Amino acid sequence: MSDAPAAEATLPDAARPRLLRGVRVKHDAVRGMDVLLAPERALKLDPIGAAILAEVDGTRSFAEIVARLAARYNAPAEQISGDARTFLVSLIERRMAEAA
Amino acid sequence: MTEQSRPDTARAVAVHPPMAMLAELTHRCALSCPYCSNPLEMTRRDTELSAADWAEIFAQAAEIGVLQLHLSGGEPASRRDLEEIVASAHAADLYTNLITSGIGLTEKRLDALEAAGLDHVQLSLQGVDAEMADRIGGYRGGFERKMAVAGWIGARGIPLTLNAVMHKLNLDRLPETIELALAMGARRLEVATVQFHGWAARNRAALMPTRAQAREASRIVREARARLRGRLVIDYVTADHHADYPKPCMGGWGSTGLNVLPDGRVMPCHAAHTIPGLDFERAPGRHLGEIWREGAAFNAFRGFDWMQEPCRSCDRKGIDFGGCRCQAMAIAGDPAATDPVCVKSPLHARLAAEAEADAAAEGAELTYRTNPA
Ligand code: SF4
Ligand code: SF4
Repeated sequence: MSDAPAAEATLPDAARPRLLRGVRVKHDAVRGMDVLLAPERALKLDPIGAAILAEVDGTRSFAEIVARLAARYNAPAEQISGDARTFLVSLIERRMAEAA
Repeated sequence: MTEQSRPDTARAVAVHPPMAMLAELTHRCALSCPYCSNPLEMTRRDTELSAADWAEIFAQAAEIGVLQLHLSGGEPASRRDLEEIVASAHAADLYTNLITSGIGLTEKRLDALEAAGLDHVQLSLQGVDAEMADRIGGYRGGFERKMAVAGWIGARGIPLTLNAVMHKLNLDRLPETIELALAMGARRLEVATVQFHGWAARNRAALMPTRAQAREASRIVREARARLRGRLVIDYVTADHHADYPKPCMGGWGSTGLNVLPDGRVMPCHAAHTIPGLDFERAPGRHLGEIWREGAAFNAFRGFDWMQEPCRSCDRKGIDFGGCRCQAMAIAGDPAATDPVCVKSPLHARLAAEAEADAAAEGAELTYRTNPA
């Protein structure tokens, strides 16, 4: 659509992601699911998204988050790493999360 | 339960829980923007709900699945008990957004609102400098005050969205508007081209953007979105009357959101009062959930059964729901007609021609909104 260079958000293994202020997970009892609430947005969280965000606390690095998820769900780290990175980068691009 | 005993639900239209509620806490406002979305006939101050009534409505809203609460007006800060109202919204575990012009907010009040659990502020912008902003808002000193409030919000780290209402008089200054949002530290910018309902409909000749302006704005938004990804999210409401298809109405009438007037009347959308014959029930006396599920106004245009041709057999009906009921009423004189913005409407050509004429008009006077008694 546009020729302008796109600013790509990245998430290195050592970066510590966190949700920005005003962004939080809530269990929606009426719909029976977790939702991510943010300014002017409410996103349905699937179980994978909810599990990822449950590990995001601002102190753990991305690599630590992946290792914890891999141990907990007994799944290959490469696959989790790909899913988790895509998801968190999408939140960073939407100004719902950041990584330091 | 047999169908006979429940005649109004026999029409098998699924009713989903509402996601969002807009609470018009008051229609009073220091500004008098000529595109205000408040009704032409405003709710009087002496019929406004009490903070306790609002607390009850918020609890009912949370119970039926509302997640996001938008506290709006008029100017919500013109209520002295706004802090108490925010606290009760927070207690109901609603995500609480304050939609404000900034007028009436002080540093002390922002501290109190923050302590009460306010999640987010949406600050309206009438123009990028005092000359334009104070002319559109009809309030001298308003721009300067707004900039101070934006600074206080930023200093506290309260998440901020800048809501810039754009029209013929200011659309050319979109690049500066984007710069201003960045300078304020806003996370989000809403570029909201005026929709011509209510007060705005009285100011078509003054506010209707030209087709060229609308096209250039779309280009600027595309470019800025790519350039600012991860820094500023831009939501864009395009110019309705230059489009081929209408905007979806509220994501479907009675499907995702509801609107409560200062006196507690519950409407399916902020302009629903312009449709004659719709009767709006009052919360919290009647439970919000009953109004949402069973209220005649909510069921009037729910689902697809009410549609006429060409919408009825159109494959876009699940995308735009036949467009805006209020616009169909205003222009076609029938709230169940196809929104005349749609190219398939027999009225589209007339609407497009009128939009061209209004866009070309120069020097039209602004008609400002008035304040409630
Ligand atoms: S009827 Fe029109 S004004 Fe009302 S919500 Fe739908 S689109 Fe908006
Ligand atoms: S005919 Fe009706 S449903 Fe089809 S695009 Fe037009 S407004 Fe939408």
